[in-house]
Amino acid sequence: MRIPTIFTLELQKRHHRIGRLLALAGGLVFAVSAYLPWAYASGALDDMSYLGGPSALQFLGLALGLILAICATMGLIEPWAGAKGVAPALLKVSKRVGWTRGAKVTGIGMLAYIGVVLLAIVIELGGLVTVEWGGWVALAAAVVGLIGTRLITPGRPPSLERLRTPGWVGILAIALTLLGALLLAAYALNQVDGGSFVVILTFAGVLAAFILRSGLGGWLSSISQRHRTVLVFAAFAVAFLFPFTQNGSDANMSIATQVLIFAATAVGLNIVVGLAGLLDLGYIAFLGAGAFTAATMSQSAFATIGWKPPFIVVMLIAGLISATLGLIIGSPTLRVSGDYLAIVTLAFGEIFRISMSNLDGRDGPDLVHGSSGIPAIPNLNLFGFDFGAVHTVAGIPLGRFSNYFFLMLLIMAVIVLVFTRLNHSRIGRGWVAIREDEKAAEAMGVNVFGLKLLAFAGGAFLAGLAGAVKAHVDQSVTPDQYIFLESAFLLAAVVLGGMGTVMGVILGAVLLKLVPEKLRFVNEYRMLLFGLLLVVMMRVRPEGMIPNQRRVLEFHSDDEELIDEIEEDLPYEFAEES
Amino acid sequence: MSIDSPVAGAAASGHEVGKREMLVASHVTMRFGGLVAVDDVSLTVHTGEIVGLIGPNGAGKTTFFNCLTGLYKPTSGEVRFADRLLPPKPRQVVVAGMARTFQNIRLFPNMTALENVMVGRYCRTSSMAVTSILRGPKYRREEAETRERAVELLEYVGMKGQGGHLARNLPYGDQRRLEIARALATDPQLLLLDEPTAGMNPQETRQAEELIFKIRDSGMAIVVIEHDMRFIFNLCDRVSCLVRGKTLVEGTAAQVQSDPRVIEAYIGSPEGEDGAENA
Repeated sequence: MRIPTIFTLELQKRHHRIGRLLALAGGLVFAVSAYLPWAYASGALDDMSYLGGPSALQFLGLALGLILAICATMGLIEPWAGAKGVAPALLKVSKRVGWTRGAKVTGIGMLAYIGVVLLAIVIELGGLVTVEWGGWVALAAAVVGLIGTRLITPGRPPSLERLRTPGWVGILAIALTLLGALLLAAYALNQVDGGSFVVILTFAGVLAAFILRSGLGGWLSSISQRHRTVLVFAAFAVAFLFPFTQNGSDANMSIATQVLIFAATAVGLNIVVGLAGLLDLGYIAFLGAGAFTAATMSQSAFATIGWKPPFIVVMLIAGLISATLGLIIGSPTLRVSGDYLAIVTLAFGEIFRISMSNLDGRDGPDLVHGSSGIPAIPNLNLFGFDFGAVHTVAGIPLGRFSNYFFLMLLIMAVIVLVFTRLNHSRIGRGWVAIREDEKAAEAMGVNVFGLKLLAFAGGAFLAGLAGAVKAHVDQSVTPDQYIFLESAFLLAAVVLGGMGTVMGVILGAVLLKLVPEKLRFVNEYRMLLFGLLLVVMMRVRPEGMIPNQRRVLEFHSDDEELIDEIEEDLPYEFAEES
Repeated sequence: MSIDSPVAGAAASGHEVGKREMLVASHVTMRFGGLVAVDDVSLTVHTGEIVGLIGPNGAGKTTFFNCLTGLYKPTSGEVRFADRLLPPKPRQVVVAGMARTFQNIRLFPNMTALENVMVGRYCRTSSMAVTSILRGPKYRREEAETRERAVELLEYVGMKGQGGHLARNLPYGDQRRLEIARALATDPQLLLLDEPTAGMNPQETRQAEELIFKIRDSGMAIVVIEHDMRFIFNLCDRVSCLVRGKTLVEGTAAQVQSDPRVIEAYIGSPEGEDGAENA
């Protein structure tokens, strides 16, 4: 993100003190304005019309204001504390935090937040007149805050990731972060009002940007590197707890289950795209193959295969059939690479879909009833556990979708395990080597063709597993669920989240699937919006939201040098201060 | 061998014992359409020997290398390695015991130095997907061995403690050395170096020279393409000069150095003989 040219370095050097004060004032006023009425009537968002009683969403704004105020103040406190020798241990930690960078991004974020809030009020209540004076105060405060932060000299890159942290602090930080994420997600999902959901999403985005820019993100990622197992278990524990926050309501659980299926498939695709570097545009076909296999062997009255093995066996067969398809499409086509492979896989996805609609007893054998597909797939029953029934655990009822959610969570765990273990093995190194330089990999004795085939078949196998569950969750399987767009979305999730990482891809998948499910109006324009989002991401953060460490260095190795140059330009006290 | 390197003495004694034919390339010809890039070239390399391949740009040196390593399949002629016909697949060539470096460095830029070397161990290890996922005892043992060997090799080429850097961020000289370490990781008996000192300063070149001597002393045969004549004549037991795809001269370094045809191939027909010293 480049600083607009009006705020040149010269200007910043002259007015940086004023800038800090403005930012501080903007942040404080913004925080206080949460106690003022923002909307004229109670109908918009979560009722922001009270004086003296902030609504939940206004509290989020208050948090942003305070973050900005603290960031701006730290720049003033640090030199003072340094000179007086106050709390030297704390000061050392504080100097590693990118306060200035955090302030700058929060300044932008605050304006974005209030912008979204006011826009939502205007839309939901109808007309600018519905914005109360408190809203205008908040907007003004945000503008002042933004100008203030722009006037501060550029900050030094944070170095929190090199901070030595005691183990328990790290584990606590991971637990708290994930718990916070769970609460925020549960809160966001429980919003019925679309506007509120967007506001929370904006807040989450701003918070994430602040965490990343201020170096907290680096710190968290260095901690999670050290406590990998803790992080993984905590993440799954949080996901496991999620259904318990829903009070038996299946509305959100249905979305969550779909999101999980999508995410699991995306992680499978990540093996092919992120590790082995093979662009696959027809990946959805493997999910479809798994779903159709499970459907034809299900207890449905429309199932065409008489053999009804237990679901575990069905799932394995579904995976194997997908993997076989992967091998069949892979062996002749993996000799081409790059764009050509993308075209071939794209065609394969279409061939799969059209073939399925032709297996209708008229143009081919009646295997899947053509385009009407296989409906009425009954719920699973695993070891006497009925997936269709409501089970009550600790007084909280867990409905049908919660059951499938747990099953998918289990499959997700397997997929993540497969991905990470392969990534850090001989096989994974071979894949990355192929992605980096196929000729050199070949010349170093890497079995290029075999490994590519393995990536293709392995990814297809995992998608097949997810597909088998999907058939039962959706209760019907039709060819038009597996269109090219779905493949494109899977790929977008991988690219958006961060190629080659698990966390990033899961996050990308969650965003891409959750937002349109939750917001009907986004669903109508989702192609437009995601296209825009991808363009913006490629400009601002080409390595993805949670990037692989390798790829950060790939895209931004010169940015840090740029900052260093700026720093060198600054006289000593500025560099000390920022 | 007029170099005052500490390993030079050891080297002299090293390559007299047990000379065995390692690589025999006979009458290798490579045609691209109407262009004959390599024309009936023969080359024999013995164990513990460094053979230099020189020649002006476009003489077909790298093409000849590619024929040896299976990247190209020669139009005619055959390559025997340790008395067996070499299969024309790069991977099988590596498994047979021949490893190479590239003229324009071809590391895996976004992998760490250590990972680069570990990729070199790929063909000498065999844990497959299922063992890797289950982390069976074989996987653990192999993984530990691979890592240990990679660390050793990095130290061997003089890059101790640099394993964590991305290959693309390494200084140029280190990238060259890393490429050699990666090639050594495949446990080769013959090492093919394509311009290992291109772009290096004199000091780096000397270090490279010492490294190559060290490798030779461990009993490995080496073929090296170079343009730096001082380097070639310090290093090589025998030198073969290729010009326009054909072997012009083959012999000891001194013989080739003084051959007027070699000088002519490099600097054109003699007008003033004084350029010869610098060739």
